[in-house]
Amino acid sequence: MKKKINPFWPSMAAVFIAGMIFTEVADNEFYFFASYVVLQAVIMATAWNILGGYTGYVNFGSAGFFGVGAYTAIALHKAFGLPLPLLILAAGAMSGLIGLGAGYLTLRIKGVYFAIATLALAIVFETIAINWEFVGGASGAYILTPEEFLFFDSYIEMLFMLILSLAIGSVVVARYLSTSRIGRGLAAIRDDEIAAECNGVPTLKLKLISTSVMGAMMGVAGAPYPFFVTYVDPASAFNLLIAVNAIAMPMIGGTATWLGPVIGALVVGGMQEIITVTISSEMNLLVVGVMLVGFITLAPKGIVGLVQDYLKKRRSR
Amino acid sequence: MVLELFLNAVVAGILLGGFYAAVALGLSITFGQLDIVNIAHPAFVIVGSYTTYIINESLGLDPILAGVLATPIFFGAGVLLYRFYYVSFERTGQESLSGLAFFFGIMFIVEVVLIMVYGVDYRLVEADYIGKTISFGFIIIPIRMLAPFLMASVMTLGVYLYLSRTFNGRAILAVSQDRLALQLMGADPVKIKQLALGIAVATAAVAGSLLIIIGPVEPSVGRLYIGRVFAIVILGGMGSIGGTMTAALMIGVVESLVATFYGPSWAPAVGFIILLVTLAIRPQGLFGRA
Repeated sequence: MKKKINPFWPSMAAVFIAGMIFTEVADNEFYFFASYVVLQAVIMATAWNILGGYTGYVNFGSAGFFGVGAYTAIALHKAFGLPLPLLILAAGAMSGLIGLGAGYLTLRIKGVYFAIATLALAIVFETIAINWEFVGGASGAYILTPEEFLFFDSYIEMLFMLILSLAIGSVVVARYLSTSRIGRGLAAIRDDEIAAECNGVPTLKLKLISTSVMGAMMGVAGAPYPFFVTYVDPASAFNLLIAVNAIAMPMIGGTATWLGPVIGALVVGGMQEIITVTISSEMNLLVVGVMLVGFITLAPKGIVGLVQDYLKKRRSR
Repeated sequence: MVLELFLNAVVAGILLGGFYAAVALGLSITFGQLDIVNIAHPAFVIVGSYTTYIINESLGLDPILAGVLATPIFFGAGVLLYRFYYVSFERTGQESLSGLAFFFGIMFIVEVVLIMVYGVDYRLVEADYIGKTISFGFIIIPIRMLAPFLMASVMTLGVYLYLSRTFNGRAILAVSQDRLALQLMGADPVKIKQLALGIAVATAAVAGSLLIIIGPVEPSVGRLYIGRVFAIVILGGMGSIGGTMTAALMIGVVESLVATFYGPSWAPAVGFIILLVTLAIRPQGLFGRA
């Protein structure tokens, strides 16, 4: 039998190269702004799914982890003028620690409590940001974009390639987590936590790994955000839409695999960009909410599930 | 001077806490008794506020009366919601993850629809007593706080009596504990849960009318109540009405003291911090069994 080459790595490389070519070819900056938002959504959705999809624990506070990442970056940038890569690392560490703490405190009890605790965390951190004058308090903070942008033509092109690389990185991590031994343990937790525990699966440890990774990834997604929008206030960094999108995209794409959140983020994120431009941003919010509820009730396996069912039906015919 | 400030803050906190109990009451039934994690409840309360606003604005009725008049519609909506929830999730045993995300989506849709129809402006109601105060010595009590407190107490007492004295009420208390025993007593668990969610959503109509008496309301105010009401219900021992009332008064007083001595921008976080501490240290609540 011929050994099959896994198409995952070549396709990731192809995406990266396509991104590089895109920066050379496209000159309308809007495309980079729109793509940035969608790719940021890919990271958030992928991160959410590591906990929500793989273990079945719902995180309502994605905006909290994202906002902590953004504000960590702002604070360290203002205090020490650290470069962006270090800010991303610091933001990831900070949000990862918060994920670990939240998981440690609540995952030992019922899953519902974790969901509610994450919601509470987001509000607590938002209140701290509102009352923290150093990073601008309620009125927000301005970030001056640096003058140099490596070998790219503009700053936004560099940010675009940065977020593309981060998105690829998060997909690689998510895929590793789902296909490795850890992933099988996480799936066992989702199906029957007590049975998993009885069979020697270290459930608490695995849950803590996934909450930490989830938190860290969301922090990483938040760190470049201040440089992307150049003005951040608590209301935008902790926006409920971020949390809703992080839940809606995996649910719409399909939570069972690493691919689902990516597809969900590309479809929903792309649609949001179009609706925001052509209709209105309120309409965009409504569509996401309705799609979320619609998919949960009618197609709980998401787009990936629908496609799989369709292919199965065709093959059996 | 500090003592005066302190006592006024405590009194204001008690009045506020009584109102919080009215908001948490519905969640105490759904989350505490039925195990339905209805995080959309605060959003329903906001809908109650807007309903009150519309009735008050168009017919000039008293806001509390308007809230009470809206309860049958809210009850019906609650019954429909349970029907939908039952068919989509509970029957197939997917209520944990999908059910949570479902109510989160409902909350978001309600908020966005309110914003699309009424915008983000603050809305308020009119009544003779709003703006008046009574004072006992140096303690000043605004009627816009006292009236909601009294109405909330009446409603909480009413729900308490209903749950503890009537057959259907006791069936609601029993439904999550032992379905089979309940069926043997001749009560259909699905109908009982439907009734319970109806009552829970109906309380949101009254709670909403109280909210808009206390102060102006805009669509996203509901989010701040999520932490408060869950803190109250969990601290109160999940579903105990007396516990809910006690926990609500506690959170009201603490919040009022924080707002008086540290500034109002910290007050919204109080409920959430109490919630996090409760979850970490004593998840069964103050009055719950371990």
